[in-house]
Amino acid sequence: MLRVYGEEIASRLLLGTALYPSPAIMVEAVRASRAQIVTVSLRREAGGGGGAGQDFWALIRELGVRVLPNTAGCHSVKEAVTTAQMAREVFGTPWIKLEVINDAETLQPDVFGLVEAAGILTREGFKVFPYCTEDLGVADRLLTAGCEVLMPWGAPIGSARGLNNVYGLRSLRAHFPDVPLVVDAGLGVPSHAAAAMELGYDAVLLNTAVAKAGDPAAMAGAFALAVEAGRTAFEADPIEARDMAAPSTPVLGKAFLE
Amino acid sequence: MLIKVNGEARSVEPDRLSAVLDVLGYGEAIVATALNGEFVPAEARAETRLREGDRLEILAPMQGG
Repeated sequence: MLRVYGEEIASRLLLGTALYPSPAIMVEAVRASRAQIVTVSLRREAGGGGGAGQDFWALIRELGVRVLPNTAGCHSVKEAVTTAQMAREVFGTPWIKLEVINDAETLQPDVFGLVEAAGILTREGFKVFPYCTEDLGVADRLLTAGCEVLMPWGAPIGSARGLNNVYGLRSLRAHFPDVPLVVDAGLGVPSHAAAAMELGYDAVLLNTAVAKAGDPAAMAGAFALAVEAGRTAFEADPIEARDMAAPSTPVLGKAFLE
Repeated sequence: MLIKVNGEARSVEPDRLSAVLDVLGYGEAIVATALNGEFVPAEARAETRLREGDRLEILAPMQGG
């Protein structure tokens, strides 16, 4: 059971709702993933009724999942804080996936802005899920600012590269054994998700790898299995890697047949 | 009065935000509003007055990652 901000969540897979070929396929993928938390955003909507946003929101509510609104695309603390305030009203949740982006090419977080915005939002009663890097100092600042969960990137958003810095992620896990950690972004295939879970991460958050797959619902199901497999493996205490072979069949009692 | 709504110039008659949303056709839509970069909560729309040149953002739920 994933525990975050006092809530217990059965699924350790968080899924994004963007980039699907159609709303119907998005719904199928969310169901197949068994995710109980999906990420959403806020964007400009034209007046006159029948806006795409209203239909989308109706679909999400039918799914009966929790929503985690994001501040995607925000490059300043001010933008991110205002977006979070607007999201809290529209979605009726204090949860916010806080993104303060520095670089447009890599979508790397602006960690200074992130820490500042996390502090402001926490003081305003938000439950902040910060999209961060694996930097230990930044993690410490985010926790001090009031975050009770950290979401380091696996790789740049949408890059499908998997875990770019396994050493860094392992180190973060070891430094903060009691903090819920979610690998957010950059995963491409289910084995990447399994690897994150085997490191002891509490959950993974992904979107593009499922939405842009040839069969998003099938891929969502595959990720669900991988997350479960990886978590079970972590709880089963994996063996250490070693450089030299170690025979698995007993050497003692082997016949002498020369 | 000329204001900017979601980045586009619009001419609107009323000056109260709640009335502006009505004439722009948002009616019962689930939206959040910001005026000149500051969040305006739904309960404050009735007494929030717009001025010439104001920038109004009207945002709705959308797909996100």
